[in-house]
Amino acid sequence: MKHEIIEKNVGLLGVLVAIVISVGGLVEIIPLTVSSETTQPAPGVKPYTALQLEGRDIYLREGCYTCHSQMIRPLRGETERYGHYSLPGESVYDHPFQFGSKRTGPDLARVGGKYSDEWQRLHLINPRDLVPESNMPGFPWLTARNVDSSLTPKKMQALRTVGVPYNDAEIAAASAAVEGKTEMDALIAYLQGLGTASQTWK
Amino acid sequence: MMSSAMSLFVAAAAILNTVAAVALLVWMRKRRGEAPQTGTTTGHTWDGDLREYNNPLPRWWLWLFVLSVVFAIIYAVLYPALGNARGSLGWSQVAQWEQLQAEQEKTAQRVLAVYADRSSQELARDPGALAIGRNLFANNCAACHGSDGRGGSGFPNLTDQDWLWGGSPETIEASIAGGRMGVMAPWLEVLGESGVDDATAYVMSLSGRQAPKGNATAGAVHFNSYCIACHGADAKGNPAVGAPNLTDNIWLHGGSASAIRATIAAGRQNNMPAQADRLGELRVKLLAAYVQNLGESSAVLTAGGAR
Repeated sequence: MKHEIIEKNVGLLGVLVAIVISVGGLVEIIPLTVSSETTQPAPGVKPYTALQLEGRDIYLREGCYTCHSQMIRPLRGETERYGHYSLPGESVYDHPFQFGSKRTGPDLARVGGKYSDEWQRLHLINPRDLVPESNMPGFPWLTARNVDSSLTPKKMQALRTVGVPYNDAEIAAASAAVEGKTEMDALIAYLQGLGTASQTWK
Repeated sequence: MMSSAMSLFVAAAAILNTVAAVALLVWMRKRRGEAPQTGTTTGHTWDGDLREYNNPLPRWWLWLFVLSVVFAIIYAVLYPALGNARGSLGWSQVAQWEQLQAEQEKTAQRVLAVYADRSSQELARDPGALAIGRNLFANNCAACHGSDGRGGSGFPNLTDQDWLWGGSPETIEASIAGGRMGVMAPWLEVLGESGVDDATAYVMSLSGRQAPKGNATAGAVHFNSYCIACHGADAKGNPAVGAPNLTDNIWLHGGSASAIRATIAAGRQNNMPAQADRLGELRVKLLAAYVQNLGESSAVLTAGGAR
């Protein structure tokens, strides 16, 4: 094919560019959508409870992912500090996943159960009360606002359409489960569940 | 592991890509071979007067392409690159991690082995053990108890000789290994608002202070009906259940009238997480040694008037 033909036919050029770019995608993305490692939950991994799910949305809203990753790589220094490396099957119910790309604060993939609920509450209100050298901002308003329970069933329904196995009873009970809970309660419930499935692997 | 069809697809795509790169190189080379074309143009004109040279690739550039193809082939043979193929080296990220982990564990065991047969009490005087304990403390305990061990509101001070669960080497070790759950029941429903005020007044009087409101004498009656079960008749507490001494003016959740009142009204739940599963017996012992030393060294300092 003559170079000139490609250069003078925008449509053809577009098609060929798309083919070239999609080679990488075909090799790197498609296998992940069918491989059992990345589509089946790791042992002990369960969908988020209604309260945890609301907490996860607070985590997203407040932008926690800009400073905290949730991905422990199989490198010795990381597993020494954070625990067992993350498995793909631990993120199957995360839409979208919270791997993150930058650690200003520590990785949170296995922060669940590391501190008490009370520690998390005090630390989220003002991190420097507990860790004087911390540069994390405080989130005191989370204690003053309640979770909007009317949206919880809708969120669960939306997640069900992308494959999270919530049943009708769980969705029906969702509003009651988060009723009267503060955003702080929800966020702590989410944090305390992070990575805890690994505790059953021994 | 991918399915074998997917593996085949990935391997084929990778090989095809490499072959295409080689084909491109060969194609470029053939053009070079025809005749020296430097200075000729592609023959078409853009925007009236824009023409394009059709020079061959510089030789060094061509060689970079050749080198990258050679690198790719060698890499694909040695490392996992083609679908599920494992590569002749058998390398994997997880296997590498496991090997490093095993080496580290061996080193740690060798370093720690010298402390295995000695009690935490003995280790509290050993500078080497204390140095390891200090690192363990910084990594695992400092988030709550503070890097200096002096705690904060809700998190016990480990340097003040006042122990909720007992300060003997054995109980300190047990607290770290198994964790502790400190529970104070809420009394608002039992005592009512004024009853809580009275109890607050009495509790403050135990450390020789006066509450802004409430009747300490009435509070003493409440204390003797409900509180003595855990805090004892003399209010000196009970380390068996983690009940604090109320007479020493050392307060875990704050000693102001409002803090004491809140504690009595709503109760407290304090949880020290268990460390034995996370750290193992030996590291727990080294931590216990460090914590004992924290208490003792600060006692020496206090006695010497340094603080």
